[in-house]
Amino acid sequence: MNKLMTSGDVVAQLRDGMTIGIGGWGPRRKPMALIREILRSPVKDLTVVSYGGADVGMLCAAGKLKKLVFAFVSLDFIPLEPYFRAARQAGAIEVMEIDEGLLLLGLRAAAMRVPFIPTRTGLGTDVLRHNPGIKLVDSPYDDRQWLAMPALPLDVALLHVDRADARGVCQVKGPDLYMDDAFARAAARTYVTCDELVQPEAFEQGEEARYVFWERSETTGVVHVPCGAHPTSCAPLYGFDARHFKEYAASAKEPGGWEKYFERYVACGEEEYLKRAGGAEAVRKLPLPVF
Amino acid sequence: MSDTTLVDTIICAASEAWRHDGEVLATGIGVVQRLAASLAKLTCNPDLLMTDSEAWLVSEPVPIGPRGDYRIRRETHMGFARIFDNVWGGKRHAMVGPTQVDRYGQANISMIGADHRKPKVQMLGVRGFPGNSMNHANSFFVPNHSTKVFVEGEVDMVASVGYNPARLARGWRLEDIDIRLIITNLCVMDFGGPNRQVRLCSVHPGVTVEQVQQSTGFPLHVPGSVPATPAPTAAQLAVLARLDPHGQRASVLGA
Repeated sequence: MNKLMTSGDVVAQLRDGMTIGIGGWGPRRKPMALIREILRSPVKDLTVVSYGGADVGMLCAAGKLKKLVFAFVSLDFIPLEPYFRAARQAGAIEVMEIDEGLLLLGLRAAAMRVPFIPTRTGLGTDVLRHNPGIKLVDSPYDDRQWLAMPALPLDVALLHVDRADARGVCQVKGPDLYMDDAFARAAARTYVTCDELVQPEAFEQGEEARYVFWERSETTGVVHVPCGAHPTSCAPLYGFDARHFKEYAASAKEPGGWEKYFERYVACGEEEYLKRAGGAEAVRKLPLPVF
Repeated sequence: MSDTTLVDTIICAASEAWRHDGEVLATGIGVVQRLAASLAKLTCNPDLLMTDSEAWLVSEPVPIGPRGDYRIRRETHMGFARIFDNVWGGKRHAMVGPTQVDRYGQANISMIGADHRKPKVQMLGVRGFPGNSMNHANSFFVPNHSTKVFVEGEVDMVASVGYNPARLARGWRLEDIDIRLIITNLCVMDFGGPNRQVRLCSVHPGVTVEQVQQSTGFPLHVPGSVPATPAPTAAQLAVLARLDPHGQRASVLGA
């Protein structure tokens, strides 16, 4: 089966009001080329589920979000995401604010096709007060109440990986998969951008197949976008672009800043974007972060 | 007392949080917290597990910042999903930096304001605080001890649970919650007062008990005599110099 498509093909599948999960974590391995494609499209009123970074910030800035399911939104070295912050402080988006682990349990429940997973996480907190849809349940096995984390089924998951083949076999060699496998399994359809498009033989020998974390039956479509995670990182291929993030964050402080950022980096299209971001060679040289 | 001396005193006091923990994952989020956990592993509790703050469990605490030829000593993979496995099993003691803390030990890093739909100040979100606080031991570091942090009522968003009986779900007890130390720029506190009231354990050199109480929005339990927080030993300072070769700790108190 040939699952190759373009970013435009992916976004053409999206409908207003859909629930979309976005892989990666904060400033790391986000499918940013697909996010930029959404920003260029008329799609709106999205519910987004994300371990959020600039993906969420940009969707907020462009008015694409109706609702956000999140535990945090951060660029890490810039702790507070400026456009997310502005949207929240303006009361512009609905939110389901939950614990990082609850988010994972919600995805896993959807992936396992069960309505909820019981947990102690979230008990006693304002996560319950602000999410009346999250219920406590009695246990059939003990006398305690447990939090029943509801499944978070996704219409679509958007992910970025190191490399993939046309069948949808995806490989992540960075030190952390984050929750990408859970996003893929929780979604009715999963679209993946890859830095490198390879032949099936690339996975056949040595340890290569050990870095494939879900079956190709979870992958609906594959888009080849070199540096498609930029300005987020795709370790070990490239680190995140601190200079670009600073420029992005600074844009939030000036009037019309988002419009200028959009004009310079989004409206121009992906080929021109990469040039303006310094070119593929420069992106591949971005240092991996040291903690 | 200079800021450098003060921050070293704070880190050494904070490292005591892990002394009796045995073999648990010590997580310090923030420069002071990470150095404190690292110091604990290299001095009072070598059995601690630690990560490189990225994706590996390491046998030796990793120095902060650019580290030249230093090679991390890996023990196992410890990506974020695996951290949740550890959290849910309870073998962890995290030291974190909340923005607000109340008399119950409930803490907030999410948002400031009365209306969750439209916060006055949006911060990070609850992150892993709800899960951490219901699953394993937690301590806090607060670099700016004031009534803005240690609030009079409840925190604006209860991100992590505390010893608040009113919020317990049926069948749960306060014994299921484990909040250990609060280390600030003024003092060390714990929950050892009557009915788990916040208790003043020690004040840093030059700080008075009155100053701590005035900077705290709720009444503290003050024992008959409150000692001074011990000064770092030469051995501790030598370890800290190795763990923080670029001196990042010098600026964490806002100097």
